[in-house]
Amino acid sequence: MTKKVAVITLVFIMALSVPAWAQTHSEAYKDNIYTTGELKPVDSVLKVKVGDRAPDFMLPSIAGQKVTLSQYRGKKNVVLSFVPAAWTPVCSDQWPGYNIVKDLFDKNDAVLLGITVDNIPTLYAWTNQMGKLWFPVLSDFYPHGKVAETYGVLRSDGTTERALFVIDKKGMIRYIDVHDINKRPPLESLVRELEKLK
Amino acid sequence: MKKILVLMMVTAVVLTGSLVAAQTAQPKVGDKLFDFTLPVPADRADRTYLGLSGWGKTFKMADIKANLVLIEILSMYCPFCQKEAPLVNQLYEAIEKDPATKGKIKIIGIGAGNSSYETEVFRKRYNVPFPVFPDPDYDIHKKCGEVRTPFFIAVRLNPDGTQEVGYAKLGGFGEIPAFLEMLKKSAGL
Repeated sequence: MTKKVAVITLVFIMALSVPAWAQTHSEAYKDNIYTTGELKPVDSVLKVKVGDRAPDFMLPSIAGQKVTLSQYRGKKNVVLSFVPAAWTPVCSDQWPGYNIVKDLFDKNDAVLLGITVDNIPTLYAWTNQMGKLWFPVLSDFYPHGKVAETYGVLRSDGTTERALFVIDKKGMIRYIDVHDINKRPPLESLVRELEKLK
Repeated sequence: MKKILVLMMVTAVVLTGSLVAAQTAQPKVGDKLFDFTLPVPADRADRTYLGLSGWGKTFKMADIKANLVLIEILSMYCPFCQKEAPLVNQLYEAIEKDPATKGKIKIIGIGAGNSSYETEVFRKRYNVPFPVFPDPDYDIHKKCGEVRTPFFIAVRLNPDGTQEVGYAKLGGFGEIPAFLEMLKKSAGL
């Protein structure tokens, strides 16, 4: 009896102390951000690992270009930033941060490619709220999430993980962060990895 | 046993309710500001600006030497905050230039969900002259009702140690002269 009470008490205390899902979003998006609530942190299995050659791809950008990964081979380090979906809370406040640190990418001879599974018009409207982005925004919309699937970051609901891949000039994967989808990866972790490429 | 269970259920509901209320209340004019502490800045210029004395590692609003403190809840990742940053700097300059407000109205930023690295990136990128404190786990952000950013809160620091919110609003503050006049009035200057 006493044991039972103790267990129940413990469960209650644990339930009450679970941290609330934290997020913020910029007033730049007004009321247009869809509330997703807390999601399963990771919902896919990676198909690549550090040391692998990064699978090549060609995707359309919102600027109307076709961007391939291999076009940077021998020239630039590449950061792929998959974000789950346009008009959702954490994603909307991730790329605008990268947008003010072009110098940190330049310093490490790196480019950034932002990728989601949304179509071009949606990506265009959404990223317009972020100000002018210096990096290409690519649409992995059709065939749906093909690149995300190749890397193993396509979730079971058709969105992607919040994932960062750092690929060196030889086209080799040097860092992977499949982050808890509910949280934004801290900038310093990415910068630290970029600095290791030198 | 049943009684204990029922009692616990009621307690849980009440506690959860009060927690939610505590986390969702946005500051309003006339409110007493929610309680929070900040780390004493490592930078001497920041400490001097805030008028912090002593050897403590943390401080509270009441420790700031000012009649009124304008708090900006921001994020390095927020495009609106990025756009607003030069205007907030101009407001800072206007305050510092006016002998009636210099040393009496001070500004601090709180980077909701930002690490200290990220708040420093924001300060450097926009040459922010006032201290910006990281709030990596959204602790302060939750206390002020998870507001969108930027959110400005002007807090009057009364001589008796009490504090009162004189302004609390989402988004840009508009024209600087009018806003500064309002702050002056709120500060009793």
